[in-house]
Amino acid sequence: MTGSASIGVYVHIPFCASKCPYCDFYSLPPDGELADRYTEALCRAMERQPYGPLQADTLYLGGGTPSLLGLSRLSRLLEAAATHLNLSRDGEVTVEVNPGTVDRALLSGLRAAGCNRISVGVQSLSAGELAALGRVHSPRQATEALLAAHAAGFPHISADVMLGIPRQTGESLEMTLESLAALPIDHISAYLLKVEPDTPFGAMNAGALCPDEDSTARLYLDCVETLGRLGFPQYEISNFAPPEGQSRHNLKYWLCRPYLGLGPAAHSFMEGRRSYFPRDVHAFAAAEDPFSLAVEDGEGGDFAEYAMLRLRLAEGLNLQDAERRFGVDPLPILKKAEAMEEQGLVRVGDSTISLTPEGFLISNAVTGRLLF
Amino acid sequence: MADRRQNIRNFCIIAHIDHGKSTLADRLLEMTATVAQRDMEAQLLDNMDIERERGITIKARAVRLQYEARDGEVYVFNLIDTPGHVDFGYEVSRSLAACEGAILVVDASQGIEAQTLANTYLAIEHDLEVLPVINKIDLPSADPGRVAHEVEDIIGIPCMDAPRISAKNGIGIEDVLELIVREIPPPKGDEDAPLRALIFDSYYDSYKGVIVYIRVMDGVVRPGMTIRMMQTGAEFDVVEVGSMGASSLNPCGELYAGQVGYLTASIKTVQDTRVGDTVTGSDRPAPQPLEGYRPAMPMVFSGIYPLDGAKYADLKDALEKLRLNDASLTYEPETSAALGFGFRCGFLGLLHMEIIQERLEREYNLDLITTLPSVIYRLQLTNGTEVVIDNPTNYPDPVTIQSAREPFVKANIFSPATYIGTIMELCQQRRGIYLDTKYLDADRVELHYELPLNEIVYDFFDALKSRTRGYASFDYEMADYRDSKLVKLDILLNGDVVDALSFIAHTDSAYTRARRMAEKLKEHIPRQMFEVPIQAAVGGKIIARETVKALRKDVLAKCYGGDITRKKKLLEKQKEGKKRMRQLGSVEVPQEAFTAVLKLD
Repeated sequence: MTGSASIGVYVHIPFCASKCPYCDFYSLPPDGELADRYTEALCRAMERQPYGPLQADTLYLGGGTPSLLGLSRLSRLLEAAATHLNLSRDGEVTVEVNPGTVDRALLSGLRAAGCNRISVGVQSLSAGELAALGRVHSPRQATEALLAAHAAGFPHISADVMLGIPRQTGESLEMTLESLAALPIDHISAYLLKVEPDTPFGAMNAGALCPDEDSTARLYLDCVETLGRLGFPQYEISNFAPPEGQSRHNLKYWLCRPYLGLGPAAHSFMEGRRSYFPRDVHAFAAAEDPFSLAVEDGEGGDFAEYAMLRLRLAEGLNLQDAERRFGVDPLPILKKAEAMEEQGLVRVGDSTISLTPEGFLISNAVTGRLLF
Repeated sequence: MADRRQNIRNFCIIAHIDHGKSTLADRLLEMTATVAQRDMEAQLLDNMDIERERGITIKARAVRLQYEARDGEVYVFNLIDTPGHVDFGYEVSRSLAACEGAILVVDASQGIEAQTLANTYLAIEHDLEVLPVINKIDLPSADPGRVAHEVEDIIGIPCMDAPRISAKNGIGIEDVLELIVREIPPPKGDEDAPLRALIFDSYYDSYKGVIVYIRVMDGVVRPGMTIRMMQTGAEFDVVEVGSMGASSLNPCGELYAGQVGYLTASIKTVQDTRVGDTVTGSDRPAPQPLEGYRPAMPMVFSGIYPLDGAKYADLKDALEKLRLNDASLTYEPETSAALGFGFRCGFLGLLHMEIIQERLEREYNLDLITTLPSVIYRLQLTNGTEVVIDNPTNYPDPVTIQSAREPFVKANIFSPATYIGTIMELCQQRRGIYLDTKYLDADRVELHYELPLNEIVYDFFDALKSRTRGYASFDYEMADYRDSKLVKLDILLNGDVVDALSFIAHTDSAYTRARRMAEKLKEHIPRQMFEVPIQAAVGGKIIARETVKALRKDVLAKCYGGDITRKKKLLEKQKEGKKRMRQLGSVEVPQEAFTAVLKLD
């Protein structure tokens, strides 16, 4: 049974064949023995979770490269989730894959194990751009992976693209997006490349090769417009899909609903409190009770958080709701929103305020202005 | 009766900064056992922390020492410690007027520097016996012979037999004491004449009220007498008279002509005791006051505002307390659209201003924002009246101004000869008028320039130091007011004038100053959600502009794995940042930006 009391579950699979130069997520090379122990630890964690009886209606297998865990282990996880977390039969189960590491067999296997949504890390359909990003797949492999996922029976298929990457232009982006839209997918995520200091990209100052700030802003706006035109309306700052294609799991983050994160670097928001596991898969795998490693990260879900997350959504923040839930006075916020509406950054509706694409570009500043 | 004065010696110690004046004073105190060595806190006479930190004396103090000389007689020394900085020139001169002699301390390695000369000339002008002493002979770079020659050649007083000492190591101190006995004349004065005592300093004490430091010139003063301040006409009954030890007051029955000491008279505020005023008796007042009185004139003004508007009352309180002991500090309330409610304060000079600011921040725990310092301009209006402007916001409509005058100073700059070129360039940039160059020796020069006070009031000293690697020093004195072509510069942010940034400048430097200001603002104003034009305008005409580009994109990272901590942190940072934001018209500027800009260079 699904309902708003149902939680989302996120499982982090930190294995990657190689590390992309721009990535600063936690990941390490695959190791069969470790993978076994890690899988067992995850199952143990699900069994011993300290929150009492839970009802999950979404499960997200992220990474790293989750597919590197292998079918049998992934099945084991899904079973454990069904058993210990009451993952519902019509729950959304998402798995992330990379185009270079999937084939029909794996996709069928994943489908059979219970995955009903797949997210493919395409990034770009331009060979030059993929090379500059250090990705180990080709545009053709990406297209084939998406088609294969469809053939394997996945009802929901999503592709990730990146914006503001080296060599990208308005035309090349348009090409990537139009090609993707022609495929049988129902969701596209578009992220702006951020060059992080602790990554190889950061070390080599790759930022210098990327489109400049104004061009990147332009690319984002073009992306919104193009995808809207192609049947993928923007529903979140970085996510585009028709209503039936929206990611139920990720919506839990943005709607400030509870979720349980398992594995190193995974975050939870349960019972109004935030917590996370340290970035150490070895410790997690070895722990008798993995939850003993969890780090408290304070209370969550206050108005500021709630508003910040809601404003990521195209539908925005409902001020009446906010007033009811938090006792917040909507008037000062409304006033500021109206001022920013004149600048084209915000849309003011019937007691809701939402950001326009221009507003999304500087969402931190706009949110800050509205809230403080 | 004449005997009473024979064994008195009233003297001060003059020197350039860091040549060892205070250390010598310490040694004199020690050697005359005025304070036990173990009770010494180095440089006792400087009893304000700030003074100690910066190695400068601000308030004059006086100490009575007793010295048993080689001739077997006991002498009473009144050591008056004088401020060494040009800002406090008037206070220095009144302290000198209380003395008969001055010990001139010269650093054996540095030789004569700006204030060595300035103070020496001042002492000579007051007819003091100037006795040179060469200090820091312990330093490896010491060259006492050369320095002695310098003194003889440049100042023209005998120096070859001057004591060569190391105040730090206590060498030669006795020679100095003997020198004082031998060479400084005893004071003169007529005890039977009506009382005339020179006020050379005062200090507010919460128990005794104001403690007035005096040098009795004629007559006698005793407790119970009614005295009158000749300049202000105020009358008081003397409660106590006495002399000052190193850290305590020693009351006695009377102070007679030739002596230095203090009196208390239940005086409530230092404003009633003007430095340079003459104390006389009400019953038998003196016909003429002592010469040389000058009311304290503030030279430099700036607006002082509390960072947090709620602290206005605290600032007011703090200024009141500071004024208790600083008659030369003036202030009155003022408001600024940009900064809120604050005070327009008048200072004797830049150092005075810095010291007051530091004391407000440190002793009273206030976070302050201060406007650019400004000087006093005199404007002749077309309707025949003259107005005095100390605040750019009071600058009248240019149409009504017929002519303007600004204060000029005469500056003496000391430097190694290699830097002449760069110093001249600096002075030229600051509208200086070259007077002459004097070679002190093959390597050192003294440059004389006339400069507008408003050009040196910001950062002239720092610029001078940086161009000369710290080797140059300078000294100035007020010269006169001169005709000037002035304009008022306004700074506009996104079209709105920010009053706190306005300033008055000479037409010739207006453009450069405007550009510097605009550039600095551009550097410090964070990007807003719209483009911000920064403009500097004179009478509505824009003469410089910069633009702060609009914020185009900030961070759009994934909310990966449910991890919103980065976003949360950013939000929190914004929340914190808002607290320190000042709204200048439609532009948000963080506190630090504003302060950085107002410091200009």
